Amino acid sequence: MIAIIDYGVGNLFSLKSSFNAIGADITVTDNEETIRSADKIILPGVGAFSDAIAKLRATGLDKVLIDEAQKGKPVMGICLGMQMLFEKSFEYGEYDGLGLLKGNVVGMQGVLPEDLKIPHIGWNALHFKQNDCPLFKYIKENDCVYFVHSYFAEDCDESVAATTEYGKELTAAVAYKNIYGCQFHPEKSGEVGLNILRAFCETEAE
Amino acid sequence: MITKRIIPCLDVKDGRVVKGVNFLGLADVSSPVKLAEFYSSCGADELVFYDITASAEGRKLFTDILTEVASKVFIPLTVGGGINTVDDFDRVLKCGADKVSVNSGAIRNPELVREAAHKYGDQCVVLSADVKRVDGEFRVFAKGGREDTGMEAISWIKRCVGMGAGEIVVNSIDTDGVKQGFDLEMLEAVCNAVNVPVIASGGAGCIDDFTKLFKALPKVDAGLAASIFHFGEVEIKDLKQELRNNDIIVRL
Repeated sequence: MIAIIDYGVGNLFSLKSSFNAIGADITVTDNEETIRSADKIILPGVGAFSDAIAKLRATGLDKVLIDEAQKGKPVMGICLGMQMLFEKSFEYGEYDGLGLLKGNVVGMQGVLPEDLKIPHIGWNALHFKQNDCPLFKYIKENDCVYFVHSYFAEDCDESVAATTEYGKELTAAVAYKNIYGCQFHPEKSGEVGLNILRAFCETEAE
Repeated sequence: MITKRIIPCLDVKDGRVVKGVNFLGLADVSSPVKLAEFYSSCGADELVFYDITASAEGRKLFTDILTEVASKVFIPLTVGGGINTVDDFDRVLKCGADKVSVNSGAIRNPELVREAAHKYGDQCVVLSADVKRVDGEFRVFAKGGREDTGMEAISWIKRCVGMGAGEIVVNSIDTDGVKQGFDLEMLEAVCNAVNVPVIASGGAGCIDDFTKLFKALPKVDAGLAASIFHFGEVEIKDLKQELRNNDIIVRL
């Protein structure tokens, strides 16, 4: 069973539907025991970093997630959920993340060429940095996925699995041991997105 | 780089897609769910659903259908029609919509744009503007293009972007239904005024119209159309291949 952590941020309808579509055994939950008994954990997230991490910590599930991740259970963060796996975010201030991955989350404003629109919204191509990344088992270089974000992870050489080109190379997917993340929305990325979720379902504990 | 998007638009009334739809091999041509699945499989980058139902029962039917579409189709979904309050945003977002398009509701109450953007983020709020030339200026029309609001369109669009609209659909009433191409002059004026994605609507009659659009106005992010896709006059697969042949970056 795969647990999607429900900590009161955003709408999990599409994420749940996409796992259902690939026949995965999925539970949306805020229950510690359920999360501990799951084979894999998904950390979703939309909105502002500070708000989301505060809500996660208020549930106490941040400690459960870190504990299970350190035991080797596959964990995948999606969009803001991926950003939360890092050490720090500089979105409207400076906030500590979960620290499961090395690196920081920074804004696009002032970093991208001025003619580019922010947020980075739309379908963009993946460029693999880890060709053997388990998430890419059923997809190929240059496949497009759907992004919506204004902040991105940097200083994450250890985990970056794929980038996308938007004025500069932006971190698109991460993988380090049993910790995975997608900056884009696999649940909104058509067949390519479903294939990434399929591949995650087949990852094994460390 | 980010790809140019092709967006079919479906008008839904009492749970059915209106405007005659004629697809070979598609048994139920007015089923929103079947059409959405079909377009997604053809390479549509996003789908727009307009709820043109008037009754409360019809509205319930629409959200039921939206829920079914969102559980089967995994590309971004934008919903418009009858969006007048933040509660309306909530109603369709809960059913799996990713973005919500406002038009007359924002004209009646511009604060709706600000409130919704604050609650759900700019990326969630799409301003749809029906624009027509009147007395040498671009004028915003309300109520499905029937009522001249007297407001100049470019300043209206800029004002909404300032309040948090994250994307603009520019529907030219002057070119809509004429099938002689998009309204490049109007679109250019909008692109020069705002720095959020601009979606062109109204006037596409053939594949070449899309090529001309993206060649002439590289700042336009997407092309939206309804009947030419519904009637099969333009196949999305062919359209995207032709765009790529013309060095326009698309998702194939």
